[in-house]
Amino acid sequence: MSLGLILIASSGLFSIGLLAALSRRHAIFMLIGIELMLAAANLNFVAFWRFGPPSPNPHGALFAIFSIAIAAAEAAVGLALVIAVYRHYRTTSVDRMTQLKG
Amino acid sequence: MNTAAFVVIAIFTLLGALAAATLPRLIHAALSLVVGFVGLAAFYILLGAEFVGLVQIFVYVGAVAVLIVFTILLTRREATERDPFNWLGAIVALAVFGGLLWTISHSDFVWQAHVPNQDLTVRRIGDALMTAYIWPLLCVGVLLTAAMIGALILVYEEK
Amino acid sequence: MNPWLLAQFLWIIPAIPLAASLVVLSLKSSRRKTAAAIAIGGQVAALILSIAVFVSTLGAREYRAFFNFTWFTAGYDHIQFGWLLDPLTAVMLVMVTLVSLCIFVFSVGYMADDEKFTRFFAYLSFFTAAMLGVVVANSLLLLFVCWELVGLASYLLIGFWIEKPSAAAAAKKAFITTRIGDLGFFLATTLAALLIFCGAMGKSGQFPLHVWLPDAMEGPTPVSALIHAATMVAAGVFLVARTYPLFAFGSVHGVTPSLTVVVWIGVITALMASLVAVAQVDIKRILAYSTVSQLGLMMVSLGVGGVAAGIVHLLAHAFFKALLFLGSGSVIHGCHGEQDIRKMGGLRTIMPVTFFTYAIGMMALSGVPLFFCGAWSKEAVLDATHHWPVSNLPWVLMIMGVLLTAFYMTRQMIYVFFGQPRSASAGAHESPSVMLIPLIVLAGCTVIFSVVLSPAWPWLESYLTGDHATLRWGDLLTSTVFVSLILVGAGIAAAAVIYRRFGGAIDPLQRAAPIVFRFLEERMWIDELYERTVVRFAKILAGLSDWLDRNVWDGFVRLFAAAGQLTGILTRGFDERGINAGVDEATTGARGLGWSVGRLHSGKVQGYLGVVAIGALALLLLLAWLA
Repeated sequence: MSLGLILIASSGLFSIGLLAALSRRHAIFMLIGIELMLAAANLNFVAFWRFGPPSPNPHGALFAIFSIAIAAAEAAVGLALVIAVYRHYRTTSVDRMTQLKG
Repeated sequence: MNTAAFVVIAIFTLLGALAAATLPRLIHAALSLVVGFVGLAAFYILLGAEFVGLVQIFVYVGAVAVLIVFTILLTRREATERDPFNWLGAIVALAVFGGLLWTISHSDFVWQAHVPNQDLTVRRIGDALMTAYIWPLLCVGVLLTAAMIGALILVYEEK
Repeated sequence: MNPWLLAQFLWIIPAIPLAASLVVLSLKSSRRKTAAAIAIGGQVAALILSIAVFVSTLGAREYRAFFNFTWFTAGYDHIQFGWLLDPLTAVMLVMVTLVSLCIFVFSVGYMADDEKFTRFFAYLSFFTAAMLGVVVANSLLLLFVCWELVGLASYLLIGFWIEKPSAAAAAKKAFITTRIGDLGFFLATTLAALLIFCGAMGKSGQFPLHVWLPDAMEGPTPVSALIHAATMVAAGVFLVARTYPLFAFGSVHGVTPSLTVVVWIGVITALMASLVAVAQVDIKRILAYSTVSQLGLMMVSLGVGGVAAGIVHLLAHAFFKALLFLGSGSVIHGCHGEQDIRKMGGLRTIMPVTFFTYAIGMMALSGVPLFFCGAWSKEAVLDATHHWPVSNLPWVLMIMGVLLTAFYMTRQMIYVFFGQPRSASAGAHESPSVMLIPLIVLAGCTVIFSVVLSPAWPWLESYLTGDHATLRWGDLLTSTVFVSLILVGAGIAAAAVIYRRFGGAIDPLQRAAPIVFRFLEERMWIDELYERTVVRFAKILAGLSDWLDRNVWDGFVRLFAAAGQLTGILTRGFDERGINAGVDEATTGARGLGWSVGRLHSGKVQGYLGVVAIGALALLLLLAWLA
């Protein structure tokens, strides 16, 4: 087991997350995709901590912990957004949410 | 032996994630996501960051996935509604994956076998949090508070 | 004042009325007072300057100063322009400006009801400017230029009431007829004196080019006074005097072929015009023919060698003829536009000031001696004529002319001012002061002039010729004085007797000799003769030229036009197909490109995310490749 393999796995996970975000119409799928991408990045951090030089503070792991916490906050806000939009526009299809046009 | 475990866990996780991305029914996808997260936690434990793995289970599986299921529940128009698949996104994702692969394969140092170093104990994490990472800790606290308030405001309905 | 310095700035005197004319032209036609003020102001300025110039030339003897500058050189020829200042110029300047000023003032009243009032003053100013230019010109070329401008101004003024067909015809007649004369002027460089005289004949209305002058009475009376009494017609006489050395070149006892021609033509003109004047019934036409006759007299004087006498008579004539014209204008104005003397009468009591001044003018013209200036100059002319070595006939005929002049003027006076008031006089009134004051001024000048001109003190003649002037009381009572007294008295008496009991019905002369009277009344049918011959020929020629122009030259022009059109069509085709199509393609492509790129801004977040992913990938690959 080497860093390379783990990196391949995490990039695969990232790509799957991107796939979910780009190719589905439902807003929640975008969120799922984002969560997957974040998770892949976390995996990267931990992997690099694991295979990096020894240091007194486990920077990689701690970063991953913080990242998880923030991901949770972001998921909460994002899902609240989806609910609010659903209430207003009666749709969850991102194709219809084109207010950012232009 | 580690490599075998790694491969199994990798397949498990990636399949779960793929299912989460591609399944037509939303609720199936959400549940597959849980599987993916669990696999990821296994990854962390394999790598020796047990605490991170546990945190992953607590937060991602216990909070985020549940939130997603709740939101699906709250935004249901038709439960059996099918979501079409956009192949352009697949192409982009594939391209990105290919690029990343190429980058990884062309770098040298990631392929060196390495002896994993220290253990990650809760004590060490606690020490780090209270000394080196005190400032990010406090910020994250504020952030979580703000996120909670923000989410509440977003869904608050005036009657 | 250094005369040479004075000569340098002589051009200002014609320039002021010219500037006034241009300013008045630019005014709106409602600004009448301003227009009149500017025009009259210009004249006053010119008059003051003229008097100043005149006074400064009094001191020197043989005064002659000029200022030349070279206009351009062509080969070995230097075309020069310049101004000349000598006694002739100085007196002419004073005469023209003074008489013009009186006429300008008169016109304020006479033309008061005319809607083209301001334009009239513009034309008047322009006319005087041109006339003054003729006077001060040093070179024949410049003189000719101003000469032509005078012709133009007279055309504009005679045809002032252009809406009247007779006026328009008269203006044309004047211009064309004088033009015929002017043609001769220009050829003067080759056929010198005679052709100069041709020009003088045209301008001064000598036979056979006199026909325009009576018709020119169509213009307003101030115009008649200005042009046909004082200034323009005098220009012909002035020209002969100015170029006298040319005429007198190679003379034997003062006789040359050119001068002889001048004399005979002058004689014929003088006699013929006086005869015709006897039978005319339009108040202005009588004066017009009188002018023609007097001009003939002046030409005779110049021809026989009495240049000074002729010029003196010219100056005197300017004053009293202008006075008579303005007086007739006053009469016409008072009779509300009536010009037929048969309809007037008894105006002596109704218009006393007009009558008085008119009488002064009439006596001056007739040659009543002592107090009226025309007498002295006329006698000087007769004296010179008497001493002509070639023949005595001119003298005899001139005497007849003097008789006739007195006769027809008295006839006119009786018709207009005496007897019972007839139709037009019934509602007549005296003219306003603005018209009367110039009359009085001119009348005064006439009387004063006679003192100046008296042979006892031949001051003006000496001034013009450069000799000394001595006081000779003895000359006051020469034989010529008695002869002229008798002649004038006879003429006046004859007219008084014949028209004594004139009731206004039929002219006694007409009753006595109807055929002769008819002949004279119809102006000897000269106009009709010209109409049948010259005019008809000119019309044929014009038709030929028109045909040529319309078919031949026009064909050439149309050919060029067609070529131009072809070029235009070719260019347009190229422009439309070639250039426009190219531009259209380019714009369509740009628009398509723009539209395609614009589609990126779809508003769909997934689209944005995809682009971001691609961008990040590209960046990543770049970094990896660089490392």
